[in-house]
Amino acid sequence: MQESIYFVTRRTTPAIVGGVAASFLVVLLGMAPLLLSASMLDRLTTLFVYIMLATGWNALAGFAGLVSIGQQLFFGLSAYATIRLSDAGMPVFLAMLASIAVVGAFAVPVSWLMLRLREGEFAIGMWILAELAHFIVNLDGVVQGETGTSLIALATFSAEVRQALIYWTGLASVLTLLGIFLFLIRGKIGLAIQAIRDNEEAAQSLGVETLNAKRTVFLFAAVCAATAGVLWLATAITFQPKTFFGVQWTAYMIFMVLVGGIATFEGTILGALIFFLVELVFGPFGVWYLIGLGASAILFSLVFPRGVWGSVESRLGLDLAAVRYRIRMSKEGGRNGKPS
Amino acid sequence: MVWVNQVAQGVLLGGYYAMVACGLSFMFGVMRVINLAHGSLAVSSAFCLWVIADVYGVSPFLGLFLVVPLLAFVGVVLQRAIIERSMRAGVLVPILSTFGLSIVFDNLLFETFGADTRSLAPFIGDLPYEAWPVYGDIYVGKLAVVTFGCSIVIIGSISVFLSRTQWGRAIRATAQDPDTVAMTGVNPRAMAALAAAIATATAAVAGAFLAIRATFDPYSGAPQLVFAFEAAVIGGVGSLWGTLAGGVLLGVAQSIGAQVNSQGFMIAGHATFLLVLLLRGYLMERYLRFRFEFLTGKR
Repeated sequence: MQESIYFVTRRTTPAIVGGVAASFLVVLLGMAPLLLSASMLDRLTTLFVYIMLATGWNALAGFAGLVSIGQQLFFGLSAYATIRLSDAGMPVFLAMLASIAVVGAFAVPVSWLMLRLREGEFAIGMWILAELAHFIVNLDGVVQGETGTSLIALATFSAEVRQALIYWTGLASVLTLLGIFLFLIRGKIGLAIQAIRDNEEAAQSLGVETLNAKRTVFLFAAVCAATAGVLWLATAITFQPKTFFGVQWTAYMIFMVLVGGIATFEGTILGALIFFLVELVFGPFGVWYLIGLGASAILFSLVFPRGVWGSVESRLGLDLAAVRYRIRMSKEGGRNGKPS
Repeated sequence: MVWVNQVAQGVLLGGYYAMVACGLSFMFGVMRVINLAHGSLAVSSAFCLWVIADVYGVSPFLGLFLVVPLLAFVGVVLQRAIIERSMRAGVLVPILSTFGLSIVFDNLLFETFGADTRSLAPFIGDLPYEAWPVYGDIYVGKLAVVTFGCSIVIIGSISVFLSRTQWGRAIRATAQDPDTVAMTGVNPRAMAALAAAIATATAAVAGAFLAIRATFDPYSGAPQLVFAFEAAVIGGVGSLWGTLAGGVLLGVAQSIGAQVNSQGFMIAGHATFLLVLLLRGYLMERYLRFRFEFLTGKR
């Protein structure tokens, strides 16, 4: 019987080890509120926000080739929606969830408009949309212009309960989003968007539904930014339009993804972790810290375009998330040198 | 009458926007690069002029004779060190690297000059305050007219340069096909550097007018970039006279919006930009469908 000596697989030892280690880590993170101090919990929630921001941007730019400088649109809008809904009397955690849904639904018509644009026009078009949203939100009396307002409804919880609840919400959200991200890039959409990124016309001519694939990723990225915005509001409590609609959020996303490794799953998390540590150590330097962020964005985009994880992956062939297919030789075929 | 006045002021404001936008539009249309540091470069020029005026007492208009060549040189360095390398790495990389550069520029300016807002208006006599009566209650500021005039001169000179001179033709040829240009004995890298130098030189002049007509601070670059980009896209990227028209449309929309509401200035400008994009996309689709049907004999 003629049987191929080669087979295609995603299951590699590092991927299995990675999966097991990740499960342990998740269990450990789930128990964190029982073990860690309040300030550590807040820091971890911040890390979750960074991972979400990096995930959305990496899906959009790294996999779909859509560079946006306006993801703060969804970040700010969902925070604003939470304020608005909570002000209208909705229970605060329900308002947080509803805001993500509202912003996700809002991203659908936005995608109709913006996905017509290409490359640089899309990038800055998104930025302008975010600016427009910022000034329209300023018109709402509840926000009190640039002065801002607070999510007072959270004050009904005691500090400890509040921190633990927000932490668990953050953990659950980041796991859900990473899960969807992995599902997207491992599945048909992942193939389609990477084909589009590499050559849109060629992909189209092969029958890839380019607009659908792009829209899916665009919506995913919007939901990532929206979830991050809601959680940031929950930890920061105060809502100032200028901060939430600031372009610095996108600068952070770009830094995390470029440094961690564009178009890699592991690089997204690694980039967020690096950014988190960099901010912890260099944040107090203020302006010089920002200069460093900008300079590393230039350095990585020009000199190390694959980022830290990209280099690791290409050197060691490591794939902890089982995203890539590999060709393996079957055992007998390998030993005998001929098909069994 | 109020509305006529707002429109008149808006048209003149559009002259300023066209000035910031023409370098950006030129780079985007001809060299296929969006330089996100364009606004920050204009603000850097404003700070240079401010130092020259404040420390050495030299008029900003004279200072431009120093700052324009300086920024043109910065443009060459920028092209060689960053843009050229990024373009080799892919179409999207220049967006990322020049965005990083703008963050570096803005924060270096902040580190050097602090958060104070400044203006060049005190250094140029009574030009910022004088106005000419046009009709009834309508006055036009001398400065606004001078700005508009400069804008026309700059755009006109670049247009003539591109269409009539040897170097201009070489730049356009380089944009289309650098390899073939190299075979004709023209150095495409030098032409790209020349184009970048022209673009940043216009940013230097725009910076001067930004600083004269209003106040500026280290983070003023981002809004200038956004306005410039809007004017360039509304007018049709790469068309320099179109950029002037785009700037005028943006200026008129903003000053009419400002009359309606205090936030209206920004909202009307951004909304106009998005509306133009939407309309353009719709018309393009209609046109392509019509052409497809025409060519396939269905019409």
